[in-house]
Amino acid sequence: MSTLPVATVLAVSLAYLGLLFVIALLVERRIERGRQLVRSPTIYALSLAVYCTSWTFFGSVGVAATQGIGFLPIYLGPTLMALLWPTLMVKCLRIAKRDRITTIADFIASRYGKRRGLAALVALICVIGVLPYLALQLKAVAAGFTLLTSGSASMRGGLFGDTALVITLVMAAFTIMFGTRHLDASERHEGLVAAIAFESVVKLCAFLAVGLFACFVLFDGPAVLFAEAAAHPRLSALWRFETSAGGWFDWSVLILLSMAAVTLLPRQFQVAVVENVDEAHVRRATWQFPLYLLTINLFVLPLACAGVLLIGPALAADDYVLGLPMQSGHPYLALLVFIGGTSAATGMIIVETTALATMISNDLVLPGLLHRAYAADLGRLLLLIRRGAILIVALLGYLYFRYAGEARSLVSIGLISFAAVAQLAPAFFGGLYWRLGTRSGAYAGLLAGFVVWGYTLLLPSASHSGWLPAQWLIEGPLGIVWLRPQALFGMDGVTAITHGVFWSLLANAAAYVGVSLATRADAQESAQAALFVGALQRDAERPIPLWRGGVALPELRALLVRILGEARAQAALEAYRNRHGGRVDDNDPGLLQHVESVLAGAIGSASARTLVASIAREAPLGLEEVMHILDEASQVLHYSRALSARTRELRDANRRLQELDQLKDEFMSTVTHELRTPLTSIRAFSEILADNPALDPDERARYLGIIIRETERLTRLINQVLDFARLEQGEAQWRIEPVALGAAIGDAAASVRQLFDDAGVALEVGPVPDDWWVRADADRLQQVLLNLLGNALKFAPPRRGRVEVSATRDGASVCVAVDDNGPGVAAQDVETVFEKFRQSGSNLTAKPQGTGLGLPISRHIVERFGGRIWVQPRSGGGASFRFTLPLEESA
Amino acid sequence: MPNTSRRVLGLAVVALLGFALFNFPLLSLADGHSGPLGAPALLLYIFGVWAVLIVLAAVLRR
Repeated sequence: MSTLPVATVLAVSLAYLGLLFVIALLVERRIERGRQLVRSPTIYALSLAVYCTSWTFFGSVGVAATQGIGFLPIYLGPTLMALLWPTLMVKCLRIAKRDRITTIADFIASRYGKRRGLAALVALICVIGVLPYLALQLKAVAAGFTLLTSGSASMRGGLFGDTALVITLVMAAFTIMFGTRHLDASERHEGLVAAIAFESVVKLCAFLAVGLFACFVLFDGPAVLFAEAAAHPRLSALWRFETSAGGWFDWSVLILLSMAAVTLLPRQFQVAVVENVDEAHVRRATWQFPLYLLTINLFVLPLACAGVLLIGPALAADDYVLGLPMQSGHPYLALLVFIGGTSAATGMIIVETTALATMISNDLVLPGLLHRAYAADLGRLLLLIRRGAILIVALLGYLYFRYAGEARSLVSIGLISFAAVAQLAPAFFGGLYWRLGTRSGAYAGLLAGFVVWGYTLLLPSASHSGWLPAQWLIEGPLGIVWLRPQALFGMDGVTAITHGVFWSLLANAAAYVGVSLATRADAQESAQAALFVGALQRDAERPIPLWRGGVALPELRALLVRILGEARAQAALEAYRNRHGGRVDDNDPGLLQHVESVLAGAIGSASARTLVASIAREAPLGLEEVMHILDEASQVLHYSRALSARTRELRDANRRLQELDQLKDEFMSTVTHELRTPLTSIRAFSEILADNPALDPDERARYLGIIIRETERLTRLINQVLDFARLEQGEAQWRIEPVALGAAIGDAAASVRQLFDDAGVALEVGPVPDDWWVRADADRLQQVLLNLLGNALKFAPPRRGRVEVSATRDGASVCVAVDDNGPGVAAQDVETVFEKFRQSGSNLTAKPQGTGLGLPISRHIVERFGGRIWVQPRSGGGASFRFTLPLEESA
Repeated sequence: MPNTSRRVLGLAVVALLGFALFNFPLLSLADGHSGPLGAPALLLYIFGVWAVLIVLAAVLRR
């Protein structure tokens, strides 16, 4: 096996890391110079591919060589998850942007009321849980380096005595340079993301190169490779599911586990949520990210087959990717592959430790410092803490590798971390979609899950490495068999990972749901729960004010300066001032809110809340008040609904107005017509009289008679119109007194009897008792009766016509009916005949005579008397106009 | 807006479908056979479904 000089490998590796750094630097320079780099959605999708680490690069082939297609669920899960991103990820993004979320610990703590205790617990789970994962990267790079330079996989000895430690320190140094250049973690690391996207391209190309090399150089195409593999007894067995990948349940659990991991891993949350610049990028990533996963997995099985066929047990299966070009005498291809693998590991380590360091500083260390009065620049201290945290996390990863992970395969180490991070799933997904989840529930679930994870997965992994006596794994602690950590309650027949994931998540979810249902959320929590669960609703953007009073401006300023430094504090206040029309008052609760959110970007939401609470004169709002505010928010919604209902009413009213307007036009033409007819005849007869002075006296008298009648008709018309206008405006004079109904009807009948006789219409008046007195205005009552009688006469057929007037008593009122045997009133006109300007019959056909105001006037009058008027069809044809009037109490 | 939520729902349905296709019992249908190029049918089945899911995702996001 040909090897490469250490110096060459070292130089190329460092040059590559340098190249990454230069890319990051250039991007940040451009941004600092104000040139907003157009961040394409593809860069976002590529940065998500930080999911593919050296686990993928070296470990997948290792799994494929020993367990067949068992390497795939880890990529199928994220593919399915990506399909859910357009709803899930967008929701997270909205929340994160509003609350300036910086880490997954911050996110979960924020959901359950921004308490530091919960943030610290999540941070702790993440740090401990991810250590094996970091160890895996170090192991892969160290193993690769050793293999490349010495041809064997032993990692001790060599130039630096301990390759892995050197790699750890180099990686930590690079991470510090990349990840902690600025304080505000919510201000994105654009340079870092660009470098990550670049390394994603490099690792993909390197892996495809070695895959093509194996298929087409080492073998004559995939067909030959597969044919040879099929002849190999162990390989062909790997191609069958039952004999390779474990049970179906293990398979499904791995898919679900990786779905959780791709969402909850601190580095995935970092690139997917914190570093996201545009919500729209998620849509492209929905298919680009799965495409990346598919592509990088294409050659895994061919490489595994080639490795088994050509290398066999001479190397660990995890080393096949590198071993194949090495063994066939292509060391420089091997170097390229090594750079690809280093790329995969570097990306993971940089982003993961940056995210973990942010958690450690914001959620574990900072809370202890907040209560002490540091006069010094807290911002600089924070950066120091973060850099220290990166170094510590990297070293802890190294320790895990050295003492627990050295002997194990890459993927089995990584899965332990997946299982740890999956413990966040109930609190995270529950928090996003279940409003009743409480902080106590989250605590209970996380603790239960974490403890079971530690017992079933972490401790056994330490035991396997000889760190703990292995005896208890087989016999159970203190000889209690059913407590065996890898066969809890005797559960057997599944892999250790499935076993651990099953029990830990069962305990976790049960505790989360159970305790959530048993406890009540406090005010802050309820408010956050509503904001999280309802994050996709349209009005969720509106921040809910959670501070009652405010704080004097200088005090807030001092706080901001302490954390952010002078310039950034000034900028933050400017931003608020600009948004509020140039004015900032003391004691403005909105400003307090703003300061809290700005601080959250730098030190996490829980710490920010504590800090602001420490200077706010008033306590945060209580439960009642928060509920009230939420109610207000829902009332706004209610109002807007009411408003739209009102709009609808207005639209209806408007339509009615237009209708009335049209009716008025019709009325005008009716009135004009009615006025013109008498005017025309008056004028015609006047002209005859003027032109023929010698007209004979009889003729002259007849013409004058016509002129007088027409003038009277004209006067009557005009009076009616004026009368109606007066009634409409309520200006009419009323003299309400007891009126004898019988006499009134009699008078009215007498005054029209001549007209009825002339038309040959019979008029009959029924008996009305003398003691029926009604409260009315005698003249107006006459008007109503005359209107109704005139109306009846108008519609009664000449000569056969018959009109009856009658009155009947109905309790405290009396009902007067005027019945005719005319054509009757059509059903659709029953309501409208009493409306002004309406006349029975179509406008297009011949109009009945009159202004059309008689009935509306009558209705006004009757209603003024406290009665009501209507028309109903008469049995046997004709119409029956009826009105009621209150009876005067007979004295 | 209704179109967007329709697409989001469509993607979720595709995810459910994918989960069914990637698990027992559908997955077992391809087990034990060998396909074109002599590659295991199981492998070709998984990559085939995978590719279809990606195409569906790319179509639905528009």
